[in-house]
Amino acid sequence: MAVEQYEKIPSAVVVSEELRRRLHRIWETRPGLFGWIATVDHKTIGIRYIVTAFAFLVAGGIEALIMRIQLAGPEQRLISPEAYNQLFSMHGITMIFLYALPILSGFSNYLFPLLLGTRDMAFPRLNAFSYWVYLASGLFMYASFLIGQAPNDGWFNYAPYSLKPFNPGLNMDFYALGMVFFGISTTVGAANFVVTFLRNRAPGMSINRLPIMVWGTMTISVGILLANPAVSLAFFLLWMDRQFGTHFYDTAGGGKPLLWQHLFWIFAHPWVYIIVLPAMGMVSDALPVFCRRPLVAYTLVILGTITTMVLGFGVWVHHMFATGIPFLATSFFSGASFIITIPSAIAVFAWIATIWTGRVVVTTAFLYFASFIAMFTIGGVSGVMTASVPADLQLHDTYFVVAHIHYVLIGINLFGVLGAVYFWFPKMTGRMLGERLGRWNFWITFFGFNLAFLPMHWTGLLGMPRRIYTYPENVGWTSVNLTTTIGAFILAVGILLLFINVLVSLRRGAVAGPNPWDAPTLEWAVSSPPPPYNFAVIPVVASRHPLWEDRLEEASGRSSIDRGLALDHGKEILATSVIDARPDAVLKMPDDNPWPFVLTLALSVLFTALLLHWWIVAGAGAAACVLAILIWLWPRAELGQKEGAAYE
Amino acid sequence: MSDAAIDRSGTLEVGRLAVGSIGHHAGGWWGMMTLIATEGFLFVYLEFSYYYFASHYGREWLPSELPSFRLSGPGTVILILSSVAAWWGERGGKSGSRLKLLAGLFIALVLGVVFVALQLREWSDKPFTLASHSYASTYFVVTGFHMAHVIAGLLALAVLILWSGLGYFDRARFAPVSIGIVYWHFVDVVWLTVFVAFYVTPYLR
Ligand code: HEM
Ligand SMILES: [Cu+2]
Repeated sequence: MAVEQYEKIPSAVVVSEELRRRLHRIWETRPGLFGWIATVDHKTIGIRYIVTAFAFLVAGGIEALIMRIQLAGPEQRLISPEAYNQLFSMHGITMIFLYALPILSGFSNYLFPLLLGTRDMAFPRLNAFSYWVYLASGLFMYASFLIGQAPNDGWFNYAPYSLKPFNPGLNMDFYALGMVFFGISTTVGAANFVVTFLRNRAPGMSINRLPIMVWGTMTISVGILLANPAVSLAFFLLWMDRQFGTHFYDTAGGGKPLLWQHLFWIFAHPWVYIIVLPAMGMVSDALPVFCRRPLVAYTLVILGTITTMVLGFGVWVHHMFATGIPFLATSFFSGASFIITIPSAIAVFAWIATIWTGRVVVTTAFLYFASFIAMFTIGGVSGVMTASVPADLQLHDTYFVVAHIHYVLIGINLFGVLGAVYFWFPKMTGRMLGERLGRWNFWITFFGFNLAFLPMHWTGLLGMPRRIYTYPENVGWTSVNLTTTIGAFILAVGILLLFINVLVSLRRGAVAGPNPWDAPTLEWAVSSPPPPYNFAVIPVVASRHPLWEDRLEEASGRSSIDRGLALDHGKEILATSVIDARPDAVLKMPDDNPWPFVLTLALSVLFTALLLHWWIVAGAGAAACVLAILIWLWPRAELGQKEGAAYE
Repeated sequence: MSDAAIDRSGTLEVGRLAVGSIGHHAGGWWGMMTLIATEGFLFVYLEFSYYYFASHYGREWLPSELPSFRLSGPGTVILILSSVAAWWGERGGKSGSRLKLLAGLFIALVLGVVFVALQLREWSDKPFTLASHSYASTYFVVTGFHMAHVIAGLLALAVLILWSGLGYFDRARFAPVSIGIVYWHFVDVVWLTVFVAFYVTPYLR
């Protein structure tokens, strides 16, 4: 059949109740168990990501509190050294992999189509799949606790301790296979963000009109696509060394433990930016709303974001200064680490200028964002200190580094996320989070965090090494450790208040309405919570702040929200061109679909069988995966993948 | 038929648009590009490991008898020919000839299988095993990763033959074929880098 048969001119209409009803029927998820398993709605998936990531945050938090009790005083014997090793390893793994990125994926998933003026992600089934795999791989790694053999070599997992002779249990196998498994989720999720960014924006939403968090997520998604194979490979090779006697990391057979460190940090340094850039993006978008003005230096902030990610690929060796690598290499990577602070600092100056020149409205969200800036600065300074080789040789593997990572991770991930919760909760649920409880929540969290971690810099300078399960009485570390433990518990109380606030506000919060903050971007143009189809007509965008056009003089025309393409012949969205978002094609979207879930089950069988050396089951699991993929990809007429079906 | 102006100021006009998966408009095509990017980097890291060892240990790390072109040479040529066949079949399919499409895919599949056979032969001829030393581990794991990709590509080709045979595609509804074939080209290009690493660079020292 000729190409023209597969083309049509989509009709442009004004929003009507009739259209809304029709779209609702087309896009809604069927109720019941099937719908629950098969839904591909990005909003449901986003919320699932957020809830699951918070659950892991709690799990990781409990592990931390147990460690803090153990360290509250010298010579305690509350838990064994082996248990302590497992706790700090699982704490790091949980926070860095199972909390920090997934929470951001949750927000991005929920917000991407809404911010971009479209109805779903580019690959809705892949989106469901990435969530299920995240959940399954997280549970897989946590299952190690059930048999008392959790990973015990830190999240960075250095060889040779992780090799079979030193670590004969299943501990490392859980981690190695779990990370390969988890990598699938991260990778497909990143691919989905990249293609959605490139292809599915409202017409007129050229790349200079995009919210910063969209840019942040796009940037890190490219980073993930390029960095993640390094860690999947590192863990796969570790697993091969352990199971099949290959010699990648053991010196006896000509392997090199440092190969592990290279592969790991080539991934893990980019990763530390991956888990903060979208949070910085959320702050860049939400903070200006409370300053009642657009962000200062929009373009510079985006360029800074991209430059940070690019440079982030060139500094990994600063984690290896103490390994005895050549002087020239350490100097080069030290220099690179200094340079990277410049693009990171741009955003800080832009936020400060935005606050400075704006009319500030103080809300809980604003407080979180403002403290985010302060903590970013502290974490940045301690980072720069360790980027200097002589200082790092002293500070490496002490609590100073622990203080640094917590200032950056809690400061520029968690605080941004908590602010984002206050900011977007009304959109997601239709109700405001309580402000009064919110203030308590903020101040207690903020105080507890700083009480716990500011003194920790000192602990490090006093020479206390990381990853020790207890310490002697006469070395002068007792009072700082006790302070940290008290601070940690106060921090935990603060987080608990957030959960209480969420539960209370879900029932009794003030009704939000579509745009409670009077914010400028497209997600606030639809009801709270948004309907399953997001936008009844595909909006046309004429500026960076479609909802502020009547007061800012920056638009070339007017954005059009209630008149646009209907795209109501089945599940349809618009594909647009990459740079200037001109309409390019009408895409047919999949309905609720069980295969992502089934494929995840098959993968879970496969990985469990590999763990336990049930080779036949593993073969069957792999075959089931191939089969599920085949059914998933089978061409379908209703998705416009098969010949036939003329339009018009 | 006239274009539809969708906003009041009339700055944006929408003409005829492709519906569903068509060529490079298809989401799947873009998805495949991301897959190729990430898998390409997987091989960058695999080869990084190889060069890391090679540059640290020098000549004595390599086996005393350097890898030979006897099987790998013909294998490389066969893989390239397989890519050419797939390309020819795709062109035929786009011009509406299902026969050429099927023939091209089939020839590509057969040549791919011959490559696998040669490679298995080469593996079994090696005097060392996976667990002998780090060179052997690297050799088997890197070529093994490539082999896994070849097998995935062969599965894709087989499925495309099935779908084309069932008459699922016509000249315009053709995206799945192009997406599958570009993956096959990728697998072949990656082989060239593996080939250069293991078979060519040892002679260049
Ligand atoms: C101004 C930018 C930054 C610089 C110059 C910097 C520098 C460093 C250096 C040199 C180390 C190694 C210290 C040692 O082990 O001796 C380190 C550790 C670390 N950094 Fe940063 N950093 C920066 C920002 C960040 C950000 C944004 C994050 C994440 C959100 C982060 C997370 C980490 C983590 C997790 C570690 C500890 C790794 C481990 O467990 O050993 N850093 N940083
Ligand atoms: Cu780093």
